[in-house]
Amino acid sequence: MQALAINNLRKTYKGGVVALRGIDLEVEQGEFFALLGPNGAGKSTAIGIIASLVNKTSGRVAVFGHDLDAEPERVKQFIGLVPQEFNFNQFEAVLDIVVNQAGYYGIGRRLAMERAEQRLRQLGLWEKRRERSRNLSGGMKRRLMIARALIHDPRLLILDEPTAGVDIEIRRSMWQFMRETNRQGTTIILTTHYLEEAESLCRTVAIIDGGRIVERGDVNRLLASVQSETFVLNLDGAPPALDLPGYRVVALDGDVLEVEVDKASGLNGLFEALSERGIEVLSLRNKSNRLEELFVRLVDGRRTPN
Amino acid sequence: MPASPTDTRLARYRVAFATILRKEIRRFLRIWTQTLLPPAITTTLYMLIFGNLIGERIGTMGGYAYIDFIVPGVIMLAVITSSYANTVSSFYGTKFQRYIEELLVSPVPNWLILAGYVGGGVARGLGVGCVVTLVAFAFTDLAIHNAFLTLLVALLTATLFSTGGLINAIYADSFDDISIVPTFVLTPLTYLGGIFYSIDLLPGFWQSVSLANPILYMINAFRHGILGVSDIDLATALGIIVLFVAGLAGWALILLRKGTGIKS
Repeated sequence: MQALAINNLRKTYKGGVVALRGIDLEVEQGEFFALLGPNGAGKSTAIGIIASLVNKTSGRVAVFGHDLDAEPERVKQFIGLVPQEFNFNQFEAVLDIVVNQAGYYGIGRRLAMERAEQRLRQLGLWEKRRERSRNLSGGMKRRLMIARALIHDPRLLILDEPTAGVDIEIRRSMWQFMRETNRQGTTIILTTHYLEEAESLCRTVAIIDGGRIVERGDVNRLLASVQSETFVLNLDGAPPALDLPGYRVVALDGDVLEVEVDKASGLNGLFEALSERGIEVLSLRNKSNRLEELFVRLVDGRRTPN
Repeated sequence: MPASPTDTRLARYRVAFATILRKEIRRFLRIWTQTLLPPAITTTLYMLIFGNLIGERIGTMGGYAYIDFIVPGVIMLAVITSSYANTVSSFYGTKFQRYIEELLVSPVPNWLILAGYVGGGVARGLGVGCVVTLVAFAFTDLAIHNAFLTLLVALLTATLFSTGGLINAIYADSFDDISIVPTFVLTPLTYLGGIFYSIDLLPGFWQSVSLANPILYMINAFRHGILGVSDIDLATALGIIVLFVAGLAGWALILLRKGTGIKS
C-alpha cells in the first residue's frame, strides 16, 4: 500500500513565485524515504501541502489511500510533522506542549499524560518536562518537536531537516531513534541537507530541484549509477603541476590534490602514476559521499547552460 | 487505522475543544495582573470620579441616580475590551510564534478552532465582567432587574467581540495591527455607545447617528437587564447583536477556510 501518493502537484505563491511545477511522488508503506534538494527547490512547500500548512494550487495528495481534499481530518490523523522551524509556544512548559497536541487529536488527558511521559523519556526530555520550551537547547527543541509529532502514533512521520544545527552525538542518537521508529512500522519521509544522513538512513530517495522531481529511486541503484568519485590526497611535497593520464585533476593547492577517479580506472593506477613522478601520498579521503556526488551532479547539471 | 482513542468524532471534538479552551483560560489566568486586575482598578476610578464626585452634581439620568445609570455601561466596557483583547492577542501570538501550525496539522475543523478561541475570549470577558460587577456594586445599592437577560447580553456581547478580535488577529501582520482597531474603532464606539449618558440628551441628528453604532444596542440591552430601562427597544437590540454575532462568525470561518493570514 502507498503511504503517500502525489499527482501533478503544483504551487504558485502570491506574487507569482512557482514552487512546484507538477510533481508526482509515491512512497510505499514502511519506507524510509528521503526528499532531497537545494534551498528553494520546493521540498518544504511539498511537505507543507501534505501537512495542510500550505494551500496547493492544483493536484492531488492521498495518504494511505485517503484523499486530502475529501477527507482532511482522516488524513491528518495519519500524519506526524516535525517542521524545519521551531513552532511551539516559547512560554509553555514542555509537557503542556505535548499533552495539548494530544488533545487536538482527541486523546483524553490521562492517556495523553501517559503517552507524553513515554515519548519524553524516549527522547531524553522527561527531566525537562516542567521547563519552559524557550529555555531548551536547540537539540532539545528538535527532540521536543519529534515527541509532539509522535504523540498520536502517526503512521506517516514527516521530518523536515530534523537534525539541522544539532551536534554529532545527538544527531547519531536521533538517527537511532528514527531507525527504530521506522522498524516499528512507521513510514518516514525525511528532508535533509546532510546527504550522509540520507545515505545512512533511507532506502529510497527523490531529488527535487526547481519545483520538479529530477531523480528518484532506490538509494543503492542510484549510487551504482555514480561513475566517478572525487578524492582529496595529501602529498609529501608540493609539485608545480600535475598531468595524470586517465584521471582528471580537479585542483592542486600546494601539497593538496583533488582528483576525480572513474570507477573503471580505480585507485591503483593513480598511486602508480604518482609514484612514477616521485610523489608520495601521505593520506587520502573522499571529498564527499557518493550521494552527494550524485546530488551535485544532478543539480549542477541542471544549472549548467547547454 | 491510526490510533484513535476516542470512539466517535464528537468525542474527539469535545476533547479538542476542551484543550483549546483550557489553554486559553490558563493563559489569561497566568497573566492575571495584565488581564483581571486593570479593569477592576479602572472601574474603581470610574465609580469614584464619574459616579461619586461628578455624578452627585449631575443628579439623575433615565430615572436613576447617575452612579447607578453608568454601572451597566462600565461593566459592558470591561466585557467588550477584555473579550476582544483576549482573542486578538492570543490568536496573533499563535501566528507570530507559528504554533497555529499545531492546530493546522491536527484534525481540528475550523469551526472548532473558532469555538475554542472565542470560548477563551468569552471566559475572560465574563470573568472580568464578574470582577467589575463586584467592584461597581460596592459603590451602589443596585439589584439586578433581570439576571437572565443580563447574562444573555453579556454572553452574546463577549462572543461578538471575541470573534471580532479573532478576525483582527487573522488580518494582522504586526503588533501594531492588533492595537489599531481597539484604539481607533472600539474605544470611540464604546464611549459613544451611551456608557455615561442617555442618547436622549443628544440633538435629533446625533441621536440618529448614534443608532448606527452597534455598541449602543449592547449597552442598552445590558442596561435593560440590570436597571430595567433602555433607550432602545429590547427586541431590536437583541436582534442586532445576534445578527452581528452570526455575521462575524461567518466571516471568521471563511477566513479560516481560505487560510487567510495563516497559510501561504
